[in-house]
Amino acid sequence: MAPAKPALEPDHLSRGARIIRFVRRQPTLVVGLVVLAVIVVAGLLAPLWWTGDPLEMRPAERLTSPVTGHWFGTDNFGRDVYTRTIYGTRISLIVGATVSIVSLLIGTTLGLVIGFYRRLDAVMMRVMDGLMAIPAILLALALMALMKASVRNVIIALVIPEIPRVIRVVRASVLSLREHTMVEGVRALGARTPRILLRYMLPALMAPLIVQATYICASAILFEAYLSFLGAGTPPHIPSWGNIMAEGKTYVQLAFWIILFPGLFLALTVLAINLVGDGLRETLDVR
Amino acid sequence: MVPEIVRRLVATIPVMGVVAIAVFALLHVTPGDPAVIIAGDYATAEDVAKIRAKLGLDQPFVTQVGIWLGRIVRGDLGTSIYSGLPVTTLIGQRAEATIALTLMSMLISVGVAVPLGVLAAWKKGSLIDRAVMVFAVSGFSMPTFWLGFVLVYVFAVSLHWLPVQGFQPIERGFWPFLRHLILPAITLSLVFMALIARMTRASMLGVLSEDYIRTAFAKGLAPRRVLVRHALKNAALPIVTIIGLGFALLIGGAVVTESVFALPGLGRLTVDAIIRRDYPVIQGVILVVSGVYVLLNLVVDLVYVVVDPRIKY
Repeated sequence: MAPAKPALEPDHLSRGARIIRFVRRQPTLVVGLVVLAVIVVAGLLAPLWWTGDPLEMRPAERLTSPVTGHWFGTDNFGRDVYTRTIYGTRISLIVGATVSIVSLLIGTTLGLVIGFYRRLDAVMMRVMDGLMAIPAILLALALMALMKASVRNVIIALVIPEIPRVIRVVRASVLSLREHTMVEGVRALGARTPRILLRYMLPALMAPLIVQATYICASAILFEAYLSFLGAGTPPHIPSWGNIMAEGKTYVQLAFWIILFPGLFLALTVLAINLVGDGLRETLDVR
Repeated sequence: MVPEIVRRLVATIPVMGVVAIAVFALLHVTPGDPAVIIAGDYATAEDVAKIRAKLGLDQPFVTQVGIWLGRIVRGDLGTSIYSGLPVTTLIGQRAEATIALTLMSMLISVGVAVPLGVLAAWKKGSLIDRAVMVFAVSGFSMPTFWLGFVLVYVFAVSLHWLPVQGFQPIERGFWPFLRHLILPAITLSLVFMALIARMTRASMLGVLSEDYIRTAFAKGLAPRRVLVRHALKNAALPIVTIIGLGFALLIGGAVVTESVFALPGLGRLTVDAIIRRDYPVIQGVILVVSGVYVLLNLVVDLVYVVVDPRIKY
């Protein structure tokens, strides 16, 4: 008897059909990616979208509502909220991307080392438990209290609380991989520890780390807005979403649009990134 | 059971020690002279010297850590640079609003999210399930303070149903107290709700595929009884865990929520202290909040024993 052919041979499908099948199987991932792509393009090409100068003040047009010429209205200095919101995308995306990349780099390096050396492991994990007991936003606030307000320092203040969390994910995987036949095998063949860590463990860690990166990125964008809103984040003259809303909070009753639109963008961006994260988790079959 | 509780309590000491040292070390790992930073931009050399002496920054680092740990053990968190009051007094004054807000948010979240999660798991793949999942992921992505402002705009500014902001202590009557807490508590609970709903659904899905659940349905028990008595009880562990771990999220959200609604809680205390660079207050609040977090998770561990008789320590 001839070997049975699978009922549906994927290769028979045309390119278009394959795309459609991917969209149908991974709707969350696709929706997230599309929305995120739109937001990234909006931010990168901010000057092209009929925006003006985000810092330009027109006192005569202060607090005008969205119906009159300015799409998202103006703030208390007569600055165009639409322009500022579009430009704010840049700060959020820069902070989100940098925080996730930097904390993954540092956390993965430390996690690989800590997970592999048993002696270090016991002590370091107690230290990590202690560090993780401090709520991330409080730790970031305390760090900002001691540093000058700048985008770089916001990134530092957001990376530090994330590192122990990345270390934990990496360590957990290393602990299980360490007992894996593959690792025992290459060790028997004479591979040294750094080679085992980099060539055999790191690739196996990629999927959980990519998923982790999306969640770190989403929470970093939220936290940057929280810090700026509380007056301890990005310097006030930079139009970040948190800053725009912080200035708008005095005018909730008079000019709600100053808070409404940047907040919508913020929520949508974080949502898109979380959707990508959920989609990737499913596609890459993490946990 | 009692020796176990004692043993676990003792085990939290090293964790709290790490928190205490980390909170202290913050002052020294950040670039620059902490005394200069705390004194601010307009300080004279004299002010800086005064602050340095007051915080003991002129001593060697190890001595400073020793003094700091010794004081904490005695329950002394230092005095505020700005108001001159002991930090413990300040925290005591502000605790009520934060405790009321977080407790109420927790009640709302658990009360709404657990039934939603159970329902979603039971009707897996249905419209209800999808709606719950969409709600969970969007709730998790919602900026807390923005949601707060939207609720204020709709229910306070436009509809005049609830107060815009402020806080009434419970001694002045339960209704005014509750009225002022409704919007902040809903604001704060959304993220937590999303988290718990998701975890409940995932945990229930695992349990619902078990044979004994099919048996329970097959012998004609009412669905509600199967879901609650047979399934939820066995799905409870991860849910309880996430409630404990999520407390950190709740406290973080409380800092922001208190700012939006002008609640005189620990979050406001921290934010004010940060703007004034009142470092002893910042350290004190972080230490107390982290301590509560560690203790709460200890309680969660002990709840396991009650929920699941199979677990023995």
